[in-house]
Amino acid sequence: MKPRTLFDKVWDQHVIHQEPDQPAILYIDLHLVHEVTSPQAFEGLRLNGRKVRRPELTVATMDHNVPTTDRSLPVTDPVSAKQMETLAENCREFGVPLYDLHNPQQGIVHVIGPELGLTLPGKTIVCGDSHTSTHGAFGALAFGIGTSEVEHVLATQCLQQSKPKTMEVHIKGKLGPGVTAKDVILAVIAKIGTDGATGTVIEYTGEAIRNMSMEERMTVCNMSIEAGARAGMVAPDETTFAYLEGRPYAPKGEAFEEAKKAWRQLRTDEGAAYDFRVELDAADIAPQVTWGTSPGMGVSVTDRVPHPESFPSATEQKSVKRALEYMGLEPGTPITDIHVDRVFIGSCTNSRIEDLRAAAQVVKNRRVSPNVKAMVVPGSQQVKRQAEAEGLDRIFRDAGFEWREAGCSMCLAMNADILEPGERCASTSNRNFEGRQGRGGRTHLVSPMMAAAAAIEGHFVDVRKWNLTD
Amino acid sequence: MQPMRQHTGRVTPLDRANVDTDQIIPKQFLKRIERTGFGQYLFYNWRFDEQGNPDPDFELNQDAYKDGSILLAGSNFGCGSSREHAPWALLDYGFRVIIAPSFADIFYNNCFKNGILPVKLPEETVRTLFARIESGETVDLTVDLEACRIDDGNGFSVSFEVDPYRRHCLLEGLDDTAVTLQQEDRIAKYEANRPAYYRIHPEPVK
Repeated sequence: MKPRTLFDKVWDQHVIHQEPDQPAILYIDLHLVHEVTSPQAFEGLRLNGRKVRRPELTVATMDHNVPTTDRSLPVTDPVSAKQMETLAENCREFGVPLYDLHNPQQGIVHVIGPELGLTLPGKTIVCGDSHTSTHGAFGALAFGIGTSEVEHVLATQCLQQSKPKTMEVHIKGKLGPGVTAKDVILAVIAKIGTDGATGTVIEYTGEAIRNMSMEERMTVCNMSIEAGARAGMVAPDETTFAYLEGRPYAPKGEAFEEAKKAWRQLRTDEGAAYDFRVELDAADIAPQVTWGTSPGMGVSVTDRVPHPESFPSATEQKSVKRALEYMGLEPGTPITDIHVDRVFIGSCTNSRIEDLRAAAQVVKNRRVSPNVKAMVVPGSQQVKRQAEAEGLDRIFRDAGFEWREAGCSMCLAMNADILEPGERCASTSNRNFEGRQGRGGRTHLVSPMMAAAAAIEGHFVDVRKWNLTD
Repeated sequence: MQPMRQHTGRVTPLDRANVDTDQIIPKQFLKRIERTGFGQYLFYNWRFDEQGNPDPDFELNQDAYKDGSILLAGSNFGCGSSREHAPWALLDYGFRVIIAPSFADIFYNNCFKNGILPVKLPEETVRTLFARIESGETVDLTVDLEACRIDDGNGFSVSFEVDPYRRHCLLEGLDDTAVTLQQEDRIAKYEANRPAYYRIHPEPVK
């Protein structure tokens, strides 16, 4: 048999039909749903007299719109409240399980899927959200879809998909202390560009990826979309299985053993070819900070804000000029001279327990700069409870951080957590687009450790220089 | 979905690369539960200042371009979020065709589901078109999906490529859910053979 990539294996297992010169019909094992991209899909089902084919393979939560303040109070934004109520009504009508605002397992859809054991190796997973690529960390084929496709999956449990190409992103060697998964993916995007992987599914390989925890692999896969990729994947291994064992929806006992046998086959065969290949040396990767309005506009913390003239094409120079103007930055400014007003630790990229532990390690026994307003938004209520059990909330609160309820929060600022015009934010989220965190807001993407250090000092610092022996 | 065979209309130039879906339709307008009514918010933060006044420098506010139904843009158009509100806003504003050197995957796909034709042309052809619009040589374009040609009636004429199946669906205005549902037997057979460990563990939502 012809050697195949991890992606090929998962793809082949799910094609239920393929006409020549037409997209494949792909079976979907898990469909995650949230309040923002689903109402029009459920409405479409009603208009066409269709039902949800497999409600038990569909799981809904509320995350994008939710307030991160006291949950015992009513939602004050009536439009947000209406969207959440619509999701609740749709889930009742169509029999879809829902983790609503008051559920102890509520959280960001890409945090609760893995944490509940819904995300499993070899599954096809979709959601009306581009960061669905997160779930590929488990060796699932997971990608974001539009609302029309949400409706299609609800009705058929299938999707029409043209087969993407494959790209191997190989990270060789070991990461240095203070250099994290976030820095790896930001460095990859800075290297290949925000459309560098368009039309492909990335498989991340190499020693640095193998050494990562599941949380770290999720951070890497999460931002695959920021390089233009449909999905990112990591072959499952013992780290994956150890994470999954005992999770509520994961198979149990003999079923788990049987599953592991099958999942161990989910790796790229010797001699299988990718369409594209990129290699980075982990030793060359320093903590990253973005300076512009696209996730590819990033440099090492030791670098300076670039000059527009240093870019080759006129189009790029124009984009860079525009970005620097929006960001209020002068070319040549050392990154560590950039002061911040706000710090946001959260989002589907960096709100898991390990992210909070890493940030807390930096924050411990220190104080947030008086010029900075800083907040931590755990990715799920379960992460929040675990962090509280470990005393991380005390570390953050004592330092002057706000400690919030779970949700997407200031990653996209659909709720009340929003930047004021001109405010500059060190953010652990995934997009630094104009206005993403609030109109006129200026976003710098960084790792949780780098965000925590910026909160303490009031400007970016190279966290590798701190003595973090604890 | 409304079919498309041929479309003639004014071209609106938007010479920016990496136009993301957050710019096409900012997040504060994603709370609606309908598919319609998003056109008024298209490119909101670029079209209007903080007081809600139109920015006269922005292309969609210029008399020559505001009634465009064909958008000409830079590479990687539609990157970022999967929000289908982006094509809904473009369509509701009046755009039926978007021409760019490249598109982000999810946005590209979402366009076809909504009767919008995204056309990929080589970077240098797009540059030529921007120049022709600026000089007034090109004003309107006719985009013919049956012939896969674009013509400005004034000497500019190019062919374009599009996936044959997507083209077919757009020409016919097909409901692809209905197409997939025709495979019911195959879906049911596949479901009967899924591994037991993928059956969702019967633990109800608490």
